This record gives sequence, structure tokens and C-alpha cells, in this order.
Amino acid sequence: MSFAVPANLEAQLDELVTHYPQKRSASLMFLHALQEHFGYISRDAVEWTARKLGLQPINVFELVTFYPMFRQEPLGKTHIKVCRTLSCALAGSGELRTHFCSKLGLDAQKHAPQTTPDGKFTVEFVECLADCGNAPVVLLNEDLLPKVTPAQADEIVAKGKSK
Amino acid sequence: MPQEHRLILKHADQPGYTPDLECYLHHGGYDALKKVLALPPKDLPDGKKLSPQEQVREDVKASGLRGRGGAGFSAGIKWSLVDRRSGKPIYLICNADESEPGTFKDRQIIHKDPHQLIEGMILSCWANDVKLAYLYIRGEMPQGAKLLNKALDEARAKNFLGKNILGSGYDLEIYVHRGAGAYICGEETGLIESLEGKRAYPRIKPPYFPAVLGLYMCPTIVNNVETLCHVKHIVNMGPGEYAKLGTPNNTGTRIVSLSGDVKRPGYFEIEVGKVTIGELINDPAFGGGLRDGRKLKAIIPGGSSSKILKAGETFKLNRKGADGQMTKVDVPLLDLPYDFDSLMAAGTMSGSGAIIVLDDTRDIVAALANLADFYAHESCGQCTPCREGSLWMSKALHRLTHGHGRKADADYLLHIAQNIQGRTICAFGEACAWPVLSYVKKFKDDFEAKGAADEARNAAAAKH
Repeated sequence: MSFAVPANLEAQLDELVTHYPQKRSASLMFLHALQEHFGYISRDAVEWTARKLGLQPINVFELVTFYPMFRQEPLGKTHIKVCRTLSCALAGSGELRTHFCSKLGLDAQKHAPQTTPDGKFTVEFVECLADCGNAPVVLLNEDLLPKVTPAQADEIVAKGKSK
Repeated sequence: MPQEHRLILKHADQPGYTPDLECYLHHGGYDALKKVLALPPKDLPDGKKLSPQEQVREDVKASGLRGRGGAGFSAGIKWSLVDRRSGKPIYLICNADESEPGTFKDRQIIHKDPHQLIEGMILSCWANDVKLAYLYIRGEMPQGAKLLNKALDEARAKNFLGKNILGSGYDLEIYVHRGAGAYICGEETGLIESLEGKRAYPRIKPPYFPAVLGLYMCPTIVNNVETLCHVKHIVNMGPGEYAKLGTPNNTGTRIVSLSGDVKRPGYFEIEVGKVTIGELINDPAFGGGLRDGRKLKAIIPGGSSSKILKAGETFKLNRKGADGQMTKVDVPLLDLPYDFDSLMAAGTMSGSGAIIVLDDTRDIVAALANLADFYAHESCGQCTPCREGSLWMSKALHRLTHGHGRKADADYLLHIAQNIQGRTICAFGEACAWPVLSYVKKFKDDFEAKGAADEARNAAAAKH
């Protein structure tokens, strides 16, 4: 499969570079845009970004391995990030994540993000999502959901399966 | 009756209030900007003139505003440290990397009143001769980033931003920059590295004080979202009126995030020091008390990195007596005024203004284990004591919460934490050590009993 960045996305990224006195600063924003478009950061995406910004590929790759939001493999279409940190934990986020895992046939004992074999779901435990007053919270793709109950979790799963 | 005093969040939750520019303008939006742009130079008694920019900088200093991000450092002094003679551009960065566990105040501003933040930024940039500024928002707030970009576009269209702002000759551009899930980006030098397109490894100080050698090695101001919003109100009210809010040396209002074991978790804006920690937790206007039948066990008073306070503790605070003399007074935990200085006197900090309440059904060892996992995950890995130590602490706490603890683990945890704090490039070392030091010291019996029980049970099992 050949790696091709669509012309309109490349134009957007070229504009983004003008926001910074030094091109390298745009690398995080490049990776966000490429991950949004391709679903993950491939080796090709790393090399393409490096070429565009006049960097060595390692300068970009070390960002992918440092920042938790960047992925080197495709994710499920429904990405469920359950907050793990204290206030959410007190409100039962551990049980909530276990609930998601058991509904989706994933191993709740594993800490790392897990994707279902059909590629429909990824369940991940993440650190504080900064909405502790609404614990437990879930970041569902781009939407932050407050006070998520097991019943709501079942709805999320049902919706994701029909996608 | 203690109550909220909404200054920053005055409109945010009013019915019909939207994040749009039109709505903001209807509520006096960008009037503060127009006001400063029309300021004449001020004549001083010694014949010198104070430029309008210098006047606003002096006003922010006189207002007593302290940073709302965590350290509580005077915003005016932070600005005054900026190297203005280097000939290099000065940058301003809004730290919207809100990620201290327990904190969710900046989110309210970004989502409900983004133009207030942008106006605060423009005023602060103008006062400091900044021509290019960044709004660094954490990666997990994609909607917030979109809202801010939309608001910036609206502001540009009305010439509140861009070239020759409102005909004043002042140029400014602000761009949104997204983080990608690393807590350490909230540390200002880590944030700067991240904005330069690198791993967010904090820089060593000296020499890399942002005010002198910040973004691209140029003088840089990094301020929290809420701090920047206050600048607008200082301009509108004047520093004297502003400083009447709150208490001496703890002026203004601040937004407190309350979570954990209370009936009504949420965010409450208070005059700093006018409400006690007990009122924040128990008053119907705030947390509404603990759930029925529960008793207080402990309070995390200023974000997860602050030292824990145990129910029943009392603290020695300086109080002015009727004769005007300062005397030491015993103040019970729940009567502590919620402000910077009182919490510091109680051996902890108000940090990011985030209170997490733990009731008597909670296992303190498990609570610390949860936070230790957070710090082990978020250590950037640059300094050995923090990278290794945060992992060791999390492993020791993991065994204590999984039936393999030892009685000696309590002292082991203290030993590691003591060898992290003060031995790292940035304050993350303290942030991960302080919870461990305070939880283990104040609840040592819980830790030792758990470890001893595990040892006894495992020894008995080994005999069979």
C-alpha cells in the first residue's frame, strides 16, 4: 500500500507550518492530523513528516513513542478511553472498564489498550481526563461522557457494533 | 452563609449564554481591550512617564494576582522578570494543559467562555509587547481546541487579533497548539520543549528560566488559563477594587474543583480565603457534605500532588488578634480558609485548586496506589530518581494492594520518596514524592497493618 497524503490535507499542514518561527514546532500538530486521517502513525507517516519539516525520522519517531495519544497500529472505530485516575476510580471506573472488556471479549487484566479482532472497538485506560466532578468519565472518540453507567456502556457497545 | 462569588464564571452557566463572539460582546466582551488601547501615558511625580503597557503590568502586580495553575506565584512578578532588553521577541503561552488529577476548572472556561480567555491573553500579550502567542491545550480536549480555534477566527474577523488591532498599530497572532497526552507538558519548561516539537523533557533552571531563555531561547511568559482571565477583570475593575476580593496576599477569586466522596461534586468559584475547606465540603451551597452515614477520612486539598490532610488534624496558623498582634492559633482542618497561605501553613498547598475527598469507607493504601500508578506512567524519564523511584513506589504499592505486601514497605516507600524529592530537574519529583510521604506518615498504621497481615498470611500458607 502506498502512502499518500491528500492534497487538501497537505495544504492544511503547509499552512500550519506558517504558525511557527521554526518548522519543527509543527511536528505534534502534523502527527495529530495524520493520525486523524490514517487512523494511526505509520513509518511512512513518520518519514513524510520528517521530510516536510526538515528533520531526521528519529526526531519524529521519538515523539510517537513519548506521547501516549499517538498510535503505531490502527485503532477500533469506537475508541473508548476510560479514566483510571483517583476521582474516577472512587466512582467505579475500574469496574466500568471491566464491564466494557467483558462485553467485548477483551482481557480486563491487561493494562495496555486493546482492540477487538473485528477492529470495531478499542478499550483503553487513560490518566485523568480533567472532568473529575462528573466521575466516572469516558472519552468516546472525541466526545467526553459524564457519569457513565453500565447501562450507558451497553448502549455504547450496541451502537459501535452496528457501525 | 458562605457562598460562591462568580467573577470568571459569571456568565458561563447562565441560560442562553453561548461561546460565540456575539454573545460575549453583548456581555461587555472586549471592552477591557478597547479600554487599554485608549490609555494615555501616565505622568509620574518624578517627571517620568509610564507607558500604558507598563501601567497594566503595574496594575497586575498591585492586584496581588497569584498564578492559578499550581505554584501560586505572583503573576505580576513573573511578568516583571521578563528580559525586555535582549532584543529578542517575547512570547506568551497560555498553559491549557489542565491535567492535575482532580482539576477541571480550565475546561469550564475553555468550553463555556473561550473569548474571555482570548481577551485575557490579548491584554497580557499587549502589556508585555508580545507579537506571537500560543494556546497550548491538552490533546484530550479536542472539542476545546475546536472551540478555541473558532473563537480565534471570530476575534480575527473583528480585528481583535491580527495586524493593527482596532487601529492601534499593535499586531498580535495567537495559535492553538495541541498536546498529546503527557502530564509533564503542564510543567512550563516541558511545555516549551513540547511546543518546539520535542519530547517534553523539562529544562534545568538555571539557566533556562522561561522569562529569559524560554521558547526558541527567547523570553517567554507561561500563564495558566484562569490566571489570564483574571487580567481582564483587573483591567476592568482596577487593581484596588480587584484586591478587595479575597483576603490579603490571597486576592481575587478562584475556581475550586471538588470531587470524590461528596454529595455534590463540581466547580465553585469563591473569594480566595473567604470560604473554609470544611464549608467547601459540607455546605449545601458547595459539596453538600459526605454521603449519608459516611465520615471524613482525608482530604487531598490541591490536586493529587499536594500533601494529604487527615481528618481531625489541627494546624498552627498566624492570626491577627484584637490588639493587632500576630499570634499562633490552633485551627482545625475543616476551619482552614481555602487560600494559598493557610494551606501552605498547614504543610500542604492549594495547588491547582482541586479538592478530592476520601470518606471512611476508602482504603488509603489503594488510593495512594492509584496515584502512584499515575506518576509512574507520567514521569518523563529524564531524571533517574524520578523515573526509577516512581516505578518502585508503584510496584511496592501494587504488592501491598495485591496481597503480597510487607510490613517494611511503609518505611521502604518513605525511603524512596525522600530520595526523589529535591533530586530532579523539575517539580515532578516533589509531585510524586509528596503524596507518598504524607499518606504513609499520616496513615502509617494502615500501611504497616496491611503489610504485616500479608506477611502472616503468606507465611502460614507456605507452611502447608
